Amino acid sequence: MKILVCVKQVPDSWAEKKLSPAKVLDRESADAVLNDLDEYAVEEALRIVEANGGAEAGHTITLLSMGPERAQEALRKGLSMGADAALHIHDGALAGSDALSTSRVLAEAIKKEQPDLILTGTESTDARMSVIPSMISERLELPHLSFAGDVQVDISAGKVVTKRMTDEGVEAMEAPLPAIVTVIEKINEPRYPSFKGIMAAKKKPITQMSLADLGIAPNEVGTGGAWSEVKDFALAPARGAGVKVVDEGSAGSALVEFLAEKRLI
Amino acid sequence: MSKVFVFVDHTNGAVAKTASELLTLARSIGQAHAVIAGTSSDLDAAVPVLNKFGASSITLLESGEINNHPSSAIAIALADLAKSQGAKVILLPSTARGKEIAGRLAVRLESGIITDAIALTPELVSTQSVFGGSTLVHSQIVKGIPVITIRPNAIEPVEAAGSAAIEKVAVAAIITAKITSREPAVRGARPELSEANIIVSGGRGTDGNFAPIEELADALGGAVGASRAATDAGWYPHSHQVGQTGKTVSPALYVACGISGAIQHRAGMQTSKTIVVVNKDPEAPIFDIADFGVVGDLFAVAPQATAGIKARKG
Repeated sequence: MKILVCVKQVPDSWAEKKLSPAKVLDRESADAVLNDLDEYAVEEALRIVEANGGAEAGHTITLLSMGPERAQEALRKGLSMGADAALHIHDGALAGSDALSTSRVLAEAIKKEQPDLILTGTESTDARMSVIPSMISERLELPHLSFAGDVQVDISAGKVVTKRMTDEGVEAMEAPLPAIVTVIEKINEPRYPSFKGIMAAKKKPITQMSLADLGIAPNEVGTGGAWSEVKDFALAPARGAGVKVVDEGSAGSALVEFLAEKRLI
Repeated sequence: MSKVFVFVDHTNGAVAKTASELLTLARSIGQAHAVIAGTSSDLDAAVPVLNKFGASSITLLESGEINNHPSSAIAIALADLAKSQGAKVILLPSTARGKEIAGRLAVRLESGIITDAIALTPELVSTQSVFGGSTLVHSQIVKGIPVITIRPNAIEPVEAAGSAAIEKVAVAAIITAKITSREPAVRGARPELSEANIIVSGGRGTDGNFAPIEELADALGGAVGASRAATDAGWYPHSHQVGQTGKTVSPALYVACGISGAIQHRAGMQTSKTIVVVNKDPEAPIFDIADFGVVGDLFAVAPQATAGIKARKG
């Protein structure tokens, strides 16, 4: 079984983010890390392989990422967790690509790779659109099992079985492979790369792919090919500092007064 | 006047609050055309609400499979309808289901997509609040029929009684991933987190005891939220997590109890209209965005507030 995990390098989700004068995310303003939510997908891939006989049984995990040169750092992180290889789609023309372009590029790469199972996180913590998995599913006409809080692969039956966990409840789902599965945060506890893992990752292959390799023209993607444009942006007005009281036994009542004044109760 | 499509989310005909918000917004742009996917009985239940919020016309995408998440089938039917009727723009709620359909719709229509807009002008310039509410971005779609998802609670619903013409369109049953069993969530009387007008959240400071948080939420008629620290510790279900990872909410009132307010959390609640904070640590960064902050023990302050609210309500 060949598992492909889509990952993205993002600014550290614990850092403040800002836009650059070019109206795109200022990626220099914060440390770049592997998207938190993708770590769950990488971990789940490792667990699926371990549950099905391990690498010895011929299962492989390939990471797929589109991004600038330094996106390789995020791929190395995933490799050091235990993935076998990585594909890095890197092309100057891709800068500023929107979700439609990104999903097309990823879909073309997936078509070339022919994985049995594609895993992703629920969203990237920078753009937060969470539309890429359903877009890939729509482009490749693959079943999409979203919000998976549990994933089991039945290789002999050629199917994947998940538990979809949302506010509405828990739904047991299944679909034939190949399929795309989006895993939720907390499906597992992503492992920290071991020293051995980090050393091994340095020798694992990261294959570079360009737009030409995927048969996509440069003017169809990037800022120029985008389906939407940012007109302008501004810092939101700062919230005025409010009232701050130290509780000396009656702050709860003062809070009720405040809510009443604001007509919130 | 041009048709503004509104995708109506519902559960067995009970229309989500987002539909009233989207219809209100649609009327400021053109004629509101409500599109609802489900059965005829879902439609019957929904029509009075859609009329109340000024739908000019309604299309039922008829499918008995609506509870099986046929988002691809809905996207295909919606794309065909939007093309044949010359939709000016398609509005969907920024919810899990809304975004799944929106992404597919954009692919089908080869149209631009904007998610999580909080405002939209008649010229279709959208406003998004990004990076945890620190930055406002104005964008416009430049190709295709714009597909725009609107964040719940961003638009104040305004009634406008009407009587919409209704048509029904059959949806092909395309189910690629099937549901084999279902355990519906045991939903108490509390509102759904992303739609709630009032949210009371607990963090590390609860030390795992959410009772005072739930009691205050119930007194206020609100939903319960939790910080990542609280859900990581297993104190409250992940589906209640508010933050950068988790849900983004913008209720009328957000009460943060025992939450320090790292960017991780602020990113999910900073656009709330009124923010109240209870925290023992006077240096907690969450006080920077509080309209009313109490430096104190949540186990003393929250119960006192709960009792005070109950006393007022009699």
